[in-house]
Amino acid sequence: MEQKPYGWWLPLNASANNAGIDQLINIVHVFMAVLFVGWGVYLVYVLIRFRARPGHKAYAVHKHFRLPTWLEVGVAIIEVVLLVFLSSPIWYRVKKEFPAEKDSVLIRIVAEQFAWNIHYPGKDGKFGRTRPELVTSNNPVGLDREDPDGKDDITTINNLHVPTGKPVIVYLSSKDVIHSLGITVLRVKQDAIPGMTIPIWFEAAIPGQDFEISCAQLCGLGHYRMKGMLAIDTPEQYTTWMTEQEKELAAENAANAEPAPADTSNEGSPK
Amino acid sequence: MSSHDTHAHSGHDHHELSWLRKYVFSIDHKMIGIQYGLTSLCFLFFGFTLVMLMRWQLAFPGKELPIIGKLLGEAAFPGGVMAPEFYNQLGAMHGTIMVFLGIVPLAVGAFGNYLLPLQIGAGDMAFPKLNMMSYWVFFMGGVTMLLSFLMPGGAAQSGWTSYPPLSDIAPAGQTVWLLGMVFLITSSLLGSVNFIVTAIQLRVKGMSFFRMPIFTWCQLVTAFLLLLAFPPLEAASVLQLMDRVAGTSFFMPTGLVISGEQSHFAGGGNPLLWQHLFWFLAHPEVYVLILPAVGIVAEVLTTNTRKPLYGYNTLVYSVIFLGFMSFVVWAHHMFMTGMGTTLSSFFQATTMIISIPSVIIVTTFLLTLWGASIRFNVPMLFALAFLPMFAIGGLTGLPLGLTASDIYLHDTYYVIGHFHYVVAPGTLFAMFAGIYHWYPKLSGRKMSEFWGKVHFWGSFVCMNGIFMPMLFVGMAGVSRRLYDMSLYAHAKAVFPLNIVMSVSAWSLACFQIPFILNLFISWRKGQKVGDNPWDCTTLEWATPTPPPHGNFTHPVEVHRGPYEYAGDEAEFVPQNV
Repeated sequence: MEQKPYGWWLPLNASANNAGIDQLINIVHVFMAVLFVGWGVYLVYVLIRFRARPGHKAYAVHKHFRLPTWLEVGVAIIEVVLLVFLSSPIWYRVKKEFPAEKDSVLIRIVAEQFAWNIHYPGKDGKFGRTRPELVTSNNPVGLDREDPDGKDDITTINNLHVPTGKPVIVYLSSKDVIHSLGITVLRVKQDAIPGMTIPIWFEAAIPGQDFEISCAQLCGLGHYRMKGMLAIDTPEQYTTWMTEQEKELAAENAANAEPAPADTSNEGSPK
Repeated sequence: MSSHDTHAHSGHDHHELSWLRKYVFSIDHKMIGIQYGLTSLCFLFFGFTLVMLMRWQLAFPGKELPIIGKLLGEAAFPGGVMAPEFYNQLGAMHGTIMVFLGIVPLAVGAFGNYLLPLQIGAGDMAFPKLNMMSYWVFFMGGVTMLLSFLMPGGAAQSGWTSYPPLSDIAPAGQTVWLLGMVFLITSSLLGSVNFIVTAIQLRVKGMSFFRMPIFTWCQLVTAFLLLLAFPPLEAASVLQLMDRVAGTSFFMPTGLVISGEQSHFAGGGNPLLWQHLFWFLAHPEVYVLILPAVGIVAEVLTTNTRKPLYGYNTLVYSVIFLGFMSFVVWAHHMFMTGMGTTLSSFFQATTMIISIPSVIIVTTFLLTLWGASIRFNVPMLFALAFLPMFAIGGLTGLPLGLTASDIYLHDTYYVIGHFHYVVAPGTLFAMFAGIYHWYPKLSGRKMSEFWGKVHFWGSFVCMNGIFMPMLFVGMAGVSRRLYDMSLYAHAKAVFPLNIVMSVSAWSLACFQIPFILNLFISWRKGQKVGDNPWDCTTLEWATPTPPPHGNFTHPVEVHRGPYEYAGDEAEFVPQNV
């Protein structure tokens, strides 16, 4: 399995559900190459055959070509096929056919300048309430720990773990400007738009520990370093990781028995 | 015919105009065209210089830029290394300048102004003073854009698309950018009204619509795009300006936390509103960039094939259809914003439909070459190179227009490669073809063939050296607008391509030197030629050289279509014979 994940063409596809995207990209490129090479060969041929030279004269009357008409019709038909039988079904599956929430891993991702805040609902499977006025550098999503649903929630920064073999639903939003969640190896991309929460889903198939999340939409001076790490865990690894996180949270709660003073500095995002 | 005659005689018969009225505040469409041309060529080179700086950082991220880094100062280059803020300014201003101050004024302002009245046999534009005003408003827009670099915090840095909320909270340069945009859009609006009225009202006797050269058709359709598409962005710019200076929240939603602090905006707005308004302009804008190029290529191609254009009517209908369709594809720039499947299906379908007339245009050009007697002069080389380059640009639009493949390719370098193929070796090559082709009409002399060929082959190789690698970088999944892509493992394999792209870009600049020198030296030293050196058929070649104020020294009348070449009696028959 240790193939080179990244090269000059599509990188490793670690998703279970998005193989169709690669297939479509490859098919479209074959179609483009055929058209381009066809045009190119014709162009070179006519440039040589019909070059101006002594004794050669241009034709006054056009020949009536049948082939180009068929070519146009052919192009139109192929585009309809690409549209109706490949692109639309894939798009519909990605955007509409969500797995059931109860069978999926639920994650909130809140983008900010210039980090990805990851929010897991914890054991109870329910996200705690979040409020903008609670946002601090220690609590980047503004999670309300007073809320019963929020007591066991796990948050991380730029560190996304997902298991294989189970669909993942991500509720994507942004705190400040527009970002775009790009996970190359999973063929996932979705703009994170402030004021909106947009659900997306995917399923990972190939485990690996150091995949990347990048921001695809210009979001300011730190756009280029808005990099998150993605670990695709086996179900066992995932359970282990989650248990560690829960332990850490418990330790933290114990240490902060008295509420910490509100900290408004946020050094991750200079302004 | 009578209407333009009266005007034509009012200006030039009686007295010699002062230098100022002749060369600066001219109302002669030809002088205004030349003003537009020189101004836009300067801006094109300036916009190109910006990206040459960016290419240093992209190829050698974090390395000190020798000499120039020092010269540009500590704010832009702390310690001689480009700051990310400055990189973003360069990116935003490169896009803005190339589109709004480079290509559009060159394609429409320069070529359209100079040639459209000549090609339809008119003495001038319908509204010569409005024409002058549109140039000067454009000029002010350009100056405003340049001055924005001097603002505290630098020029606009939120991309040429200026998406809020980022642009709403950006430093003051963004405000100046918006003001500049208002000038530029106003100028385009004034120009478009003038073009439409001129093309419809001032056609000389016998010049029916279906005898108009393809170039004029393209300008007419372009003018409609400018007229109908630009007002929404003008409105949007004013709204964004209000968000920035008057505390409104047209594009700012409730509950934002910016840099750890709750936003002072009242909220209730929607950032997607801007994107709709922006792309409602900016997609037709793409066709504003390409249609004049199609027109120029049609003229140059037909002249140098020495035979009639294949499928004139088909081409005209395709251009009109393209213009119409360009209004209903805008949201394909927004597939990743979370729009519903119904909406995206609609825009996906219209995007596929718009590819059909584009394929027809390429096909008619290719078929025009069949049975020709092809002259390989410099304008023809550029026009011929336009075909495969535009084809690559068009074809790479396909996987971006299909929603499913766009999920992966959206906002990657693939997009940059795609639209640069359309605009740089596409439109820009057509512009070069036009400059070499019509230069003898302006000056009475040809530009040097030898240096023209050096310019062509150098540019052809370098353009592909810049943009072909972008398609591979994009295919590897690398996001666009990254100040330093070397941070990403998935960019490692393609990273060395950056050096190829940068070296190509700098070499491309070197290959523009023969062009610039050729342009100026040939004005006095070029080979002298007659009024119609290429044996063309359209009306602009029936004027004296250079055409005087009022254009035609004797009344002209049109008797035939625009491309009567390779006849039995004569090798070519001008429209007015």
